[in-house]
Amino acid sequence: MSPESVLTRAGYVLSLADDSLIAAQRMGEWIASAPELEEDVALGNIALDLLGQARSLLSYAGQVEATALGNHDGPVRDEDDLAYLRDERDFLNVHLVERSHGPHGGDFAVTMARMLILSTYQMELYSHLRTSTDETLAAIAAKAVKEVDYHRDHANMWVLRLGDGTEDSHRRMQAGLDAEWPYHHELFDNAHIDPLLVESGAAVDPRLLREPWERRVDEVIAQATLSIPDVRPAVTGGRRGIHTEQMGYLLAEMQHLARSHPGASW
Amino acid sequence: MYGNDFTAPDEPTRDQDQPTGDQPTGDDLTQFRQILDTDGRVEPRDVMPEGYRKTLIRQIAQHAHSEIIGMQPEGNWIGRAPSLRRKAILMAKVQDEAGHGLYLYAAAETLGADRADLLEALHTGRQKYSSIFNYPTLTWADMGAIGWLVDGAAIVNQVPLCRCSYGPYARAMVRVCKEESFHQRQGFEILYALSNGSEAQHEMAQDAVNRWWWPSLMMFGPRDTGADGSQGHTEQSMAWGIKRFANDELRQRFVDMTIPQSESLGLTVPDPDLRWNGERVSYDFGEIDFTELFEVIKGNGPCNQQRLAHRVRAHQEGGWVREAADAYARKRSALSTTEVA
Amino acid sequence: MAHDPTGDATPGRRGWPLWEVFVRARRGLSHAHVGSLHAPDAEMALRNARDLYTRRQEGVSLWVVPASSITASSPDEKDAFFDPAADKIYRHPTFYDIPEGVDHL
Repeated sequence: MSPESVLTRAGYVLSLADDSLIAAQRMGEWIASAPELEEDVALGNIALDLLGQARSLLSYAGQVEATALGNHDGPVRDEDDLAYLRDERDFLNVHLVERSHGPHGGDFAVTMARMLILSTYQMELYSHLRTSTDETLAAIAAKAVKEVDYHRDHANMWVLRLGDGTEDSHRRMQAGLDAEWPYHHELFDNAHIDPLLVESGAAVDPRLLREPWERRVDEVIAQATLSIPDVRPAVTGGRRGIHTEQMGYLLAEMQHLARSHPGASW
Repeated sequence: MYGNDFTAPDEPTRDQDQPTGDQPTGDDLTQFRQILDTDGRVEPRDVMPEGYRKTLIRQIAQHAHSEIIGMQPEGNWIGRAPSLRRKAILMAKVQDEAGHGLYLYAAAETLGADRADLLEALHTGRQKYSSIFNYPTLTWADMGAIGWLVDGAAIVNQVPLCRCSYGPYARAMVRVCKEESFHQRQGFEILYALSNGSEAQHEMAQDAVNRWWWPSLMMFGPRDTGADGSQGHTEQSMAWGIKRFANDELRQRFVDMTIPQSESLGLTVPDPDLRWNGERVSYDFGEIDFTELFEVIKGNGPCNQQRLAHRVRAHQEGGWVREAADAYARKRSALSTTEVA
Repeated sequence: MAHDPTGDATPGRRGWPLWEVFVRARRGLSHAHVGSLHAPDAEMALRNARDLYTRRQEGVSLWVVPASSITASSPDEKDAFFDPAADKIYRHPTFYDIPEGVDHL
């Protein structure tokens, strides 16, 4: 990463890819542990969608990077090089997606709160990116927007049912929302993006996404008889590669096997 | 085979599957016998012997339980898959297995069973799941071995079940078989890549096959032909069209299909007695030590406690979520009735 | 005709109620029964059906119906209910000889 804090185009694409990649990694942990079999299937779908977005974006990031380096004959980092061989400091995802789903592995309320926040944001993001001047990003976004619309719908349904279900579920859903809320701010931070990328229409200024996001999320929270958490924003830094202590463990698990066999094909 | 119902020789026999209450009379069963004789399909509301109904519920339920327990040994490697493509394929496979469990519970429910009761039977050990899932997945190559051997064995069993006498089960099997073919292929592909990769990868693949070969053969159940023909439930199940082929027949079919595949893979199976028999046009293979199978069925396999505990915990921890969904639905339906009024 | 009492769409029973799923695979075909699932309410039933039965693009349209809403004809009454149709074969298109060259019939 260069000394400046702004991301090049490759870095911008990587930041989007990493959000989806790391979210997919955490979502995959629910498979075989969901509250009902139908939910194992649904969460599996969502994880697969996110992973698919990550793969498209990672592949593209590798190509953009190679072009920027002017290295037409040299190696291009592919999706696996980027997923398995980057060190923690080079991952650009937000803190929201990297944390575990709760103290004992799986808190469904935390997962649904996180999905509500992330997928509502991604829907706004990809909606705007559909008209990006970067054709590849536009194409990836066009496919992704349909997927994240479904994720958002899924999260909405559960937040409603958990918030307006039993007293116990209401308490737990509020707690889940309270736990995730401090991390939503990072999604709308634009400090890391090169203004030229936004000016040229390639990238979306995330600050623009905040208002429509708030409207949608606030509505769901109200309908679910929940309250908007009154919590301080967390100290973040994911877009600069500064992560939580949990990121190291996540990457260790994800990368270990691939790194143990350098150069191997699977 | 996933639903196969064999007990260890020293296990108590089950009483709860004996028919109780009013039995259909000989006259009522004429249509049932006609259906079987003409290789037709029995449908949910047809008159059927209690024994048929109960045997089917148990077999279908245990098949379903096997699918959902089977999600665990493979789910174990989703987080560590060594490439994104492999991660995606594995996620899809495990997700398919949840789906198969759901199709099968639905089929069992057409016979009057309740899914909640079936799950409780699983959780309390009254009903079983396939022995094969009580083995640990220790390396990435185990994903290949499971896909190639375990799913391969399952397919050998499931294809005939597509013609089983009970309609909903047969139709569920057709759906499952369509999805299953990708499962076996992905397992083979994983092993092929490993076998032809580095020395370490080749060793990983061979080690996995060495550990999964005999348990896969045991999946087909104890011997049930020749001298062992009168043991177990094979005869009755075959008369009812629930089981189409004997355990031994299916096992032989599996071996004959699989050995040539092992040669394409460049891997061996750990059987010094394996040889081609030109007269039978089939492979002779070594004697299976079924004591291991019976120990695993009784609960003494490497992962029995762990698999069941994981399943029970997921179910219990999800209780509040299911209750919330119920409560919300009740509130909605109460609201709509008051609106109408 | 007997009403089939199995299944109950009212929540509060043990577990989520049972729903039957119908999928129209392609335009031009009718909805076909593909199986059943459990869900607490209609909205979730539809989502679950989409996840379970159309993962491989096997459908353009989905119906979910509470199992308790389905009225089935009783097998006892089979003769009276179905047999009269057996001799009304003019309801089947294969009964008619269509001259060559006539399309779309």
